[in-house]
Amino acid sequence: MSDYAPLKFFVPEPTGRPGDEPDFTDIEIDAAGSVRRPDIDVNPAEIKDLARSMVRVMNTNGEAVGPWAEDIPDEILMQGLKSMVRTRAFDERMMTLQRQGKTSFYMKCTGEEAIAIGFQAALSKGDMHFPTYRQQGILLSQDYPIVDLVCQILSNAKDPLKGRQLPILYSARDYGFFTVSGNLGTQFLQAVGWAMASAIKGDTKVASAWIGDGSTAENDFHAALVNASVYKPPVVLNVVNNQWAISSFRGMAGGNNATFAERAHGYDIPSLRVDGNDFLAVYAVSRWAIERARRGHGATLIEWVTYRVAPHSTSDDPSKYRPKEASAAWPLGDPILRLKSHLINRGLWSEERHKQAETEFDEEIRTATKEAESYGTMGSGSSPREMFECVFKDMPRHLREQRQKMGV
Amino acid sequence: MPQMTMIEAIRDAMDVKMTMDDNVVVYGEDVGYFGGVFRCTHGLQEKHGTSRVFDAPISESGIVGTAIGMGAYGLRPCVEIQFADYIYPAYDQIVSEAARLRYRSAAEFTSPITIRTPCGGGIFGGQTHSQSPEALFTHIAGVKTVIVSNPYDAKGLLISAIEDDDPVIFFEPKRLYNGPFDGHHDRPAKNWSKHPLGDVPEGHYTVPIGKASIFSEGSDVTILTYGTMVYVAEAAKEETGIDAEIIDLRSLLPLDVDAIVKSVEKTGRCMVLHEATLTSGFGAELAAQVQERCFYHLEVPVERVAGYDTPYPHAQEWDYFPGPARVGKALKSMMEAV
Repeated sequence: MSDYAPLKFFVPEPTGRPGDEPDFTDIEIDAAGSVRRPDIDVNPAEIKDLARSMVRVMNTNGEAVGPWAEDIPDEILMQGLKSMVRTRAFDERMMTLQRQGKTSFYMKCTGEEAIAIGFQAALSKGDMHFPTYRQQGILLSQDYPIVDLVCQILSNAKDPLKGRQLPILYSARDYGFFTVSGNLGTQFLQAVGWAMASAIKGDTKVASAWIGDGSTAENDFHAALVNASVYKPPVVLNVVNNQWAISSFRGMAGGNNATFAERAHGYDIPSLRVDGNDFLAVYAVSRWAIERARRGHGATLIEWVTYRVAPHSTSDDPSKYRPKEASAAWPLGDPILRLKSHLINRGLWSEERHKQAETEFDEEIRTATKEAESYGTMGSGSSPREMFECVFKDMPRHLREQRQKMGV
Repeated sequence: MPQMTMIEAIRDAMDVKMTMDDNVVVYGEDVGYFGGVFRCTHGLQEKHGTSRVFDAPISESGIVGTAIGMGAYGLRPCVEIQFADYIYPAYDQIVSEAARLRYRSAAEFTSPITIRTPCGGGIFGGQTHSQSPEALFTHIAGVKTVIVSNPYDAKGLLISAIEDDDPVIFFEPKRLYNGPFDGHHDRPAKNWSKHPLGDVPEGHYTVPIGKASIFSEGSDVTILTYGTMVYVAEAAKEETGIDAEIIDLRSLLPLDVDAIVKSVEKTGRCMVLHEATLTSGFGAELAAQVQERCFYHLEVPVERVAGYDTPYPHAQEWDYFPGPARVGKALKSMMEAV
């Protein structure tokens, strides 16, 4: 007789399901200003604790406190807030377009706006993002033409990507925005390769890699970390932990008891866990990691803790798998409201100006959308000829024959 | 002209390109200081420096994924996957990324990368050092697939591949590295030093991707083949006395359809021959092409000779390998059929 008890198979479960009260007590949150700020050339082994703590700058009164509170130019903060408002207005408008049947698909970044926008504000011209599908803020905080974004979403005659790519998987090289794959994790690794090229050429350009909490389970995440560890290229490895990968909570990616930032430890890569809904913290930590990369100290992994307020996509319904009021109960609040109150506190902003900005962006996007719709919706206006272009630089014979057979 | 092995010719192609173009970088498992398990990159690190020739962690998706990023930056990486049998962890990066960057970004980003990898059997390497996975790549829209059979082509085609603005999978039949191999494993090995295709010009020249070569002219039957099987076909031709025209395709995608059609219209018979497994192999595509374009010239059905649909075995290697006896038998039956 064996004295071993039969083994039990373990499958992790989130703290709440539909019908339950939201419970975020398992999220460790430090007081604003309490986490130290190391020098950029710090030995990764000396800041292992920063992978469990949480860098936060704004306290509950909307004041910037502690060592990560920087003297950020007012213009950057105002621009950050406006870009977040603009991004949210854009998301809402595109959601409506999808409901109206004018596009097949959309994904919002509601609640996560500060991360992409704050990071972008800290980056320089010539650097390159390798974004996922939830970093539209990178483009919406620059002067990328809104009409072009909507045309891509509508897959119409003026779609910059010629109707070949799923809505929202943009490409904008001049804006430091690498073509979004849609396959998860693959680009995290490509960002490392891009950064290796920067070092090989003796340039000072920095790559910014993006991945979600769920996709850290992909092989390519680990391949990216090992390459970043070995070659020490100028890359910032951003993990956006929004708690949910469609219906799978972060525990399904192994992120329940260990933090995603802690994954970097085995690779000798310094890492920080940061309040992703705190624009001031996002900007300060981004600057720190980017400067570190540009000065030749190698990669940094940043876990941005946030919450996916929106459904995964227009094809998703979170009420089927998580508590209904979960986003309202999220302890790190809303990034727009938090920066807004900080700026109002400092006398740089007001409720009236905020309302005015909301109206202006709504109007801007409404006008742009109207123009974009005039070029076609839901794939109309796209050319079947375009289907055969750009498979290769020069069209090989077999594709020419197939196109001729189709008669286009 | 200098006489080179296929290893030396491949090395020379990389050396020539690295000397001409600062953006060419070479890396992979063991390719740096050591110079590669097959020695294809021997001496390149010493000559071109560790920033341009270096070792990679054992992560094939890492090798190809980083190469894609470098390609997007403006470099022209020429990476090595140590054995084609190990390429599968990189498959997602090749299929979903390298092959599609140009298409999905409307040419804002491209993948001018070359992925070299030794393929094929005949070295008693078992299932992990013998596979021929070319059909897994010809099925992908957006990558070019090349398989070389001799030192002259290897150098000229590798230079073309590195210069190509699209991703190229570059297969090197490892049994041909040191000499031509006709499938008679029990006879003394030949080397390239006395073979006309071992004459390799110095400096820069190209062999175009997408052009087949007539390895051996004939009038009775066309054999469409590539890689090691070119020499097996030649041995079968000599041993049977059947006047076969042997076409070395060299490039599977793009495919030189004109060369195929011209030969099959002349001979009226067509065999497709490859080392890879039969079912859904590249021979199926060749048979379909011949059927579509040459049906009324065919006197007998297209014959396929290929590896059996088993994993590549170890002890039974020479039972598995489609050697000259099997090819000869099939040739005879094609001639006797009419």
